[in-house]
Order: sequence, then C-alpha cells, then structure tokens
Amino acid sequence: MAQRKMLLEYADNPEARSLEGWKRLGGYAQVESILKTRTPDSIMEEVKSSGLRGRGGAGFPCGLKWSFLDRKSDKPRYLVCNGDESEPGTFKDRHIMERLPHQLIEGMIVSSFAIGSKHSYIYVRGEYMYILRILEKAIDEAYAAGYLGKNIFGSGWDFDLSVHPGAGAYICGEETALLEGLEGRRGNPRIKPPFPAVSGLYGCPTIVNNVETIAAVPYIIAMGGDAYAGIGVKPSTGTKLISASGHIRKPGVYEIELGKVSCEEFLHSEDYCGGPSNGRPFKAVIAGGSSVPVLPLDLFVKTAAGVPRMMSYESLAEGGFVSGTSLGSGGLFVMDDSTCMVRNLWNLARFYRHESCGQCSPCREGTAWMEKLLERLEAGEGKLTDIDLLVEISKKIEGNTICPLGDAAAWPVASHIRHFRHEFEHHVRFPEKIRDPKHNVAAPIPRPS
Amino acid sequence: MPDTPAFSPAALGELGRIVSHYPEGKQKSALIPVLHLAQAELGGWLSVPVMDYVASLLSITPIEVYEVASFYTMFNKEPVGRFKIETCRTGPCALNGAEDIIGHLEATLGIRDGGTTPDGMFTLQSTECLGACGQGPVIMVGETYHELMTAAKVDALLEELRRQAATMPSAASTATAAATTAATAGVK
Ligand SMILES: Cc1cc2nc3c(=O)[nH]c(=O)nc-3n(C[C@H](O)[C@H](O)[C@H](O)COP(=O)(O)O)c2cc1C
Ligand code: SF4
Ligand code: FES
Repeated sequence: MAQRKMLLEYADNPEARSLEGWKRLGGYAQVESILKTRTPDSIMEEVKSSGLRGRGGAGFPCGLKWSFLDRKSDKPRYLVCNGDESEPGTFKDRHIMERLPHQLIEGMIVSSFAIGSKHSYIYVRGEYMYILRILEKAIDEAYAAGYLGKNIFGSGWDFDLSVHPGAGAYICGEETALLEGLEGRRGNPRIKPPFPAVSGLYGCPTIVNNVETIAAVPYIIAMGGDAYAGIGVKPSTGTKLISASGHIRKPGVYEIELGKVSCEEFLHSEDYCGGPSNGRPFKAVIAGGSSVPVLPLDLFVKTAAGVPRMMSYESLAEGGFVSGTSLGSGGLFVMDDSTCMVRNLWNLARFYRHESCGQCSPCREGTAWMEKLLERLEAGEGKLTDIDLLVEISKKIEGNTICPLGDAAAWPVASHIRHFRHEFEHHVRFPEKIRDPKHNVAAPIPRPS
Repeated sequence: MPDTPAFSPAALGELGRIVSHYPEGKQKSALIPVLHLAQAELGGWLSVPVMDYVASLLSITPIEVYEVASFYTMFNKEPVGRFKIETCRTGPCALNGAEDIIGHLEATLGIRDGGTTPDGMFTLQSTECLGACGQGPVIMVGETYHELMTAAKVDALLEELRRQAATMPSAASTATAAATTAATAGVK
C-alpha cells in the first residue's frame, strides 16, 4: 500500500512554511473552531478514543497519559513537546518542525487547551539550531496574528508558546532529563515516580509528548477519534512517520498507515526504500531506532512462525525480543551483506557509552566495558569468552538503572550476538582476516546454515 | 576577547528576550540558551570568566553554570578554531562512509579528530547522530548542515569556509552571522 499522507500532506509544499501560506492551505481555521466550540474534556475523550500512541518510541497511549494529569493540583500545568530527536536512525520530527512549523504550533495550541497549559515549550535539540529559528519565526507570526498570546482567536483563553534549545545530549530525549535541561540543569534523569504528570516542570503537573504525537492531535479532533481509530489496524491506529536510512536506494521520511504495509514491501517498493543501494543483498534491519533489537533480514520480513510481518507495533513485536523487535521511534536502518555486525555493534556501543549520563553505575561502567570489549573484538584481539561476557554485562544493566538508556544500550548487544554470533566468533578465530577495516565488504562472513 | 567579558547591546537584548520565556524567578531555565549565546558572542568557547559572567547575568552561582557547561557536548570547554567541523560518526552515517569522510578531513587538514589546525582556522570533531541519517554522511559547521558528503564536497566546503574567513576576518558576532545564514539556508 502506498503512503497515506496525513501529517506530511503539505511537507513538500513551500506554502506550508509561512503563516499566510499555511492559512491558504486551510491552516488555523480548524483550531479556531475547536477553541470556540469544544471543551478540554471533549478533546481528551477524542484523543483517548483515537487510540493514538506516543510516537517518541515507547508507544504509550496518549489519551491515557493525559488522563494521569493531576487535576486536583492548583499549580500551573505544562505541556512540553519533545523535539530532542537524537536516537540514531531517527530524523522524522525534523521533517515536521522544518517543513510544517505551523502544523506543530496548531498541535501545541489544541493539546495545551485540552491539558490546561497556559505556557508550553517545544524542546529542540541544540544541533537543530536552524530549525529552532524556523520555529521561532513561525511563533512570531502566530503571535502577530493573535493566534498566540492573550485571548487567542478571541476565545478568552491566554496561551504562550516558547522554544527551548538543548546542547548536545541524547539523554535529554528522556522526558525527565529533558525537564532538567529546561530548568537549566545537567540532563540527569529523575527517579520515577513521581511521574511528570504529577510533578514535572518546576514541580508542576506536566505532559511530555513527541513532536509527531502532538502534530497528530488536530487531525484527530477534526475527523473525530473514532474515525482516526479506523485508520491502521487496531491497536496500531493512525499513520506513523518512518525515517529510513542505511544501504537503501531511497532514504527519506515516509508516512505509512500502520499495519497496512508489509515489511517486505517497505524495503523493496519504489514507494518506500526502493531496495538496496549497492546491489548487494540486505542482511539486517534495525526497525525503530538504534535501541531496538536488530533482526536478520529473514526475521524482519517474516516472524519465526513464518507469518509475513507488517509495519505495526504488534507485528514487529511478535516473538518478543527473542525473534522480534519494536517499532520504536520509526527510525529504520538497513544493512546489506557488506556490513560487519561486530563493527556495527561497536559503533552503537560507543554511542551509548558517550551518551550515558553517568548517574547509575551499571549504565556508566557497563557501557564503557562493553565498548572496550567490542573494540577489542573488532580489532581481532578478542577472546571467545568475551562474547558471553558481553551478554552477561548487558543482562546486568537491563532493568537495573534509573532510566531506560541502560536497557537501550543492552538490547543492541544482546540482539546482535543472538542473531549474528557467528560473526563475533569469526573475529576471534580468524583475526588476520578482519584486520582491514573494510574486511566484510570484500568477503562477507557466511552465516552457518 | 576583552579581559572582562561583556555582551554587546544586541546580545543583551537577546538575553532579555530569552529570559522572558520563563516564569518569574525561573530565570535559571535560560541557562542553556544563554550559554549558546555567550559561546557565539564571546570567543567561541566558555572560559571561566565567561561562565562567571553568565552566572552574574542570571543571578545564579558559578558552579551551577560550570556543571551545565561541562555536561553538554556542544559547549566548548577550550578554545576552538574559527570553524568547528563536526562530522557524524554513528550507525547509519557509518554505513554510508562517515569513517572515510573523517579520514579525509584528518588527512587534508593534517590534524587528528579533536585537534585544531595551527592557523586556528579549523577544529575537527566527530559527533554522535545529528538527526539527518537519511542524508549521511553529514557535517555540521556552526548552524549549517552539509549532507550527502563526499571527499570532493568536503574539499569544496573547506575552500568555501576559507573564503568566508577572508571576507569576514573578525570571528566576532558569529551568532549574528549564523542567524542570517540560518534564515537563508532554511529548507532546500
Ligand atoms: C534515552 C532516551 C532517549 C529518548 N529520546 C527521545 C526523543 O528524542 N524524542 C522523543 O520524543 N522521545 C524520546 N524518548 C522518550 C521520552 O522519554 C518520552 O517517552 C516521550 O517523549 C513521550 O512522548 P510520546 O508519548 O508522545 O511518545 C527517549 C527516552 C529515552 C529513555
Ligand atoms: S541509565 Fe544511564 S543514562 Fe539513565 S540515568 Fe542511569 S546512568 Fe544516566
Ligand atoms: S547517524 Fe549520522 S545523522 Fe544520524
């Protein structure tokens, strides 16, 4: 099935980048009528019935999260949009923020109205400074038009929106670390509970949602939650942006109807990845950002039971972490048979070591140890026992840390070794063959049958 | 850079605008954006006097600034060249030749990753995923992304940066320059 463009309908239309142009495309009319005719509770209900799941990676039902908001507290409430986008393989939120800034502002207005936030923030990773400037320009336009500020759209409701930059820290994508950054501190995740819905920004009830999640909200209210739930295959409702990269002919951001596109089609169709870029067969896929388990090609396109896999939360998770994976953030990257999986894992292990905030010893020490062992294996200086040791360390990290970065560092290690153990053993047995960093390009390591 | 760091009137205006984004009494929230501004305005890195100056601007203690400056990788804790060339080295970019691009930069400039050319023009730094994985290899210079890089495009970029340095000799006010390029760069 071809792309189903909802959020990305106007992504390639330059009109969408200015407020005037966005209005010509029909923008803001819907928001005005929502503010004038709907109650916050009715918006919450629509979001609940839509089945919208958080698009930041965890897939938590958005309406349910909103319902956890402490409504008895007399403190201000906040909505914070997570535009940290630093999970390797993920570059979809950038697409929305850069090309459709007013679509995101509309989402912030409607969601903030539902939640009761009078001042909301969009947190943008520091490296996206040029995008932050695009958003600030769009926000200025919206203030000038009376769509932000006092008594917006004449609705009697005051609403401010600001953008806040990060400064280079993957961990600030974790929602409580993000709030620390927003309060001007180091990005050390907080211990939960309390969850942000009870005690978040400045100790006030706070909802943190991903850019794509928030951008979907006005569409849900416009068509009705039940209609949105009719898109996709329940409980994977709606559309999802997938950012595709790696050894494919057509890298880019694609919007799919969840559950309606098979994994095979996504890899090979001209509507999506368009097959291999170098004419070599695919070997492995990381389906939802670097943190989710890697799958060998055969397990990505079909489950262990031989059922064709679809691009949905449930289908990709089929088989658990033994033979399945996760849709995660939708950051999909594909490796052909020239890829050395030991080197790939070493690269990712270095990422997690670099990004660990250092608060918990299993994560701080474990990520450094795993990187060191992998560097040694990749250099042809490893031992067979190192392979089991890596698995052992990953198990000791998993579930034993303050935030899920520890798990995110453990899963790639466990899955690379589970599915590609022969490559790790090959590195120990034939060190002379792998000394050349391009070793796998010339002679891919055969998979034992 | 003067002995006692001080923002230009324009930067002080920007400071006021940033602080106004946060509630009364929560001006510490402005720390990260203000450190970006300070780094751009006051010599390209955060010296102790610059950090102390930022602390005084936001009425917080110097240690609150030091601990934040040291946590986030975009803040330079020592002087860097006129242009910091940051190349993504992570997963997807590595699959598409990021290591070769970093190697080419090192060989062309005669410095290692993390180093600065003797003329103070370029600092090389490999970074983690820049969120542009579909267009890798990716290089970020200041606020501009350069995508789908090849050795030839790297050479052209270095030439372009040298030309820029010759026509805009003062490194000061890179923030203002960056803001202008960002406004014009936009989306292709
Ligand atoms: C290490 C780490 C990094 C994360 N990075 C991001 C991110 O860049 N963007 C994002 O939206 N969520 C990220 N998350 C998930 C957030 O903690 C949070 O679940 C999400 O923003 C909630 O929004 P959603 O429910 O709309 O998905 C990250 C989580 C962890 C543990
Ligand atoms: S798991 Fe890692 S990143 Fe998360 S809080 Fe602990 S040390 Fe920090
Ligand atoms: S891996 Fe290089 S930009 Fe994401």
